Amino acid sequence: MRQSSTSADVQTNGGATVTGTAAANQAHNRSWGEQHPGTILMLLLGVLGVLAFVALMVGRYMIPPETVIAALLSSVFPIEETWAATATSAVVNVRIPRIIAGLLVGAGLAISGASFQGMFRNPLVSSQILGVASGAGFGAAIGILLSDSLVLVQILSFVFGLLAVGMAYGLSRVRSTTPILMLVLSGIVITSLFSALTSMVKYVADPMNKMPAIVFWLLGSLNHVSAPDLMILGPIIAVSIVGLLAVRWRINVLTMGDEEARALGVNTERLKVVIILLSTVITAAAVCMSGIIGWIGLVIPHMGRMLVGPDNRYLLPISVLLGGAFLIAVDTVARTAAPAEIPIGILTAVIGAPIFAVLLRRNNPGW
Amino acid sequence: MGCRISVEDIAFNYPGGATVFTGISLAVDEGCVYSLLGPNGTGKSTLLKCMAGLISPSHGRVHLDGRDIAGMQPHEIARQVGFVPQTQVSPFPFMVRDIVLMGRASHLGPFATPSAEDEEIAADALGRVGISHLADRPCTGISGGEWQLVLIARAIAQRPGILLLDEPTSHLDLGNQVRVLDVIRGLAEDGMTIVVATHFPDHALLTSNQVAILKDQRILAMGSPEEVIGEDTMHRAYGVDVRILHLDDPFNRRICVPVMGPSRGTAP
Repeated sequence: MRQSSTSADVQTNGGATVTGTAAANQAHNRSWGEQHPGTILMLLLGVLGVLAFVALMVGRYMIPPETVIAALLSSVFPIEETWAATATSAVVNVRIPRIIAGLLVGAGLAISGASFQGMFRNPLVSSQILGVASGAGFGAAIGILLSDSLVLVQILSFVFGLLAVGMAYGLSRVRSTTPILMLVLSGIVITSLFSALTSMVKYVADPMNKMPAIVFWLLGSLNHVSAPDLMILGPIIAVSIVGLLAVRWRINVLTMGDEEARALGVNTERLKVVIILLSTVITAAAVCMSGIIGWIGLVIPHMGRMLVGPDNRYLLPISVLLGGAFLIAVDTVARTAAPAEIPIGILTAVIGAPIFAVLLRRNNPGW
Repeated sequence: MGCRISVEDIAFNYPGGATVFTGISLAVDEGCVYSLLGPNGTGKSTLLKCMAGLISPSHGRVHLDGRDIAGMQPHEIARQVGFVPQTQVSPFPFMVRDIVLMGRASHLGPFATPSAEDEEIAADALGRVGISHLADRPCTGISGGEWQLVLIARAIAQRPGILLLDEPTSHLDLGNQVRVLDVIRGLAEDGMTIVVATHFPDHALLTSNQVAILKDQRILAMGSPEEVIGEDTMHRAYGVDVRILHLDDPFNRRICVPVMGPSRGTAP
């Protein structure tokens, strides 16, 4: 036998380098944002501040910036009012709650969408995939049908949102595990079920007043957010956002798939329950406050990924700021662009779709 | 050199009832490279997943340092056992360094993010398999051979005493196959206990101290590679003819070569 010398040659330099055709000459293609996520975060925080301030100024009743500042200060310090009292009232009682609500709902929907995209290993899902919005919509519809109490509508909406996801989760259990495919299919089943039930409620509702109320509510609006709403739902959403931020690196590991994540030492079933629970609570609370606002949970995480890449350590905080800023901006347009307020669920898509289309065409993301 | 990981009389059935294997027992000693051979579908991957605690056997036990892994938490197992799966690349374009960093998950609390020390361990692991230059590349833009090395680096960052590899050389070109084998041999020399499922009898001859062949739901043969990888056993395992030849000095080892009869198509 003659021994072949090639195998020996390879072995001597084996392990030092790997010569793949793709490996050799491809330049590093990390974007500037991926290398400086902290800077992007600070910039976005600035943008958010500016947008919030502009939102305080503009509306049906325009308030000059110095009056906004004075009105804000007067609610904390005793300052003599040298401006119209309606300005203070508009800023403090109307616009601030609405801006905080927009911030929380936008941030919450965006971070739960980003978390779900990681957990489902699919950038096409949003936080509504397990049926939370569809269930919450049904709860609100029967609430409107049966009573005139906004509180009852909100409670039913929240409860049915959680119930829908609970049903989808229960349906997807296979031998004490919840495979991702089963979760998606169960979510589709539950979503269809509650959509059909909502249609039925609309069909039987009084077409003169109840049905338009249901339709308008389902389209979403920050119009009827009240201070008590914020007192109760605000902390719920804020705490859930903090919870998702706390497990953000673990979501990275979960994107490798259940089996691999478990091999890496992650208790995947527990982590999935935590993510589903927090995202669902956020979305259900958001729907309670503002009706169904689609699009944000799907698209904001994509915009975030274009800015800082797929690492959830940075993507989740960025999604919080982007989602909040986006909804504040859209809501400002919703209440100023037309004589009557435009439903925000329509605007998020009408404004968001072209922005997203442009981003998508200009950067070719790697997913 | 004690036994690190062992399976005792384990069986695995699919939920529908089809049996993958039954009555399998084997023990892997510390520092040993143990190869699992056998035709497609004999359950080599399934056996490895049982050993990694990823699926529960229908019958029998897996012991890790004498402890039944059925009662252990995922992070307790993962600190001892690294698993290199056969997988597709991540759906998201994570940086290679971030993929390797995931190996630290079992050492971190549920709300923790990796520290500078974890980053360093991940960088060391990349260096260990010779792919430090890939650290800042998106994992969706590297070759299959590179991805395999990334997965091995991730398992090394886990700092386990035992490494289970599921067909690490399948789908790789000859050069990358040898590079992966070289990494495996280096890890074994550093004292890691390794179990590797493979389709290549030659790779078992090159790297292992022990071999088991799975066939028809059972172990067909087990022992040293010289005992197990013979012309007769290979024929019984795979149903084809092979010749076992000997490479002289300086290699002084055996190779396994498939042989085919004369082509029937060209008979006169």
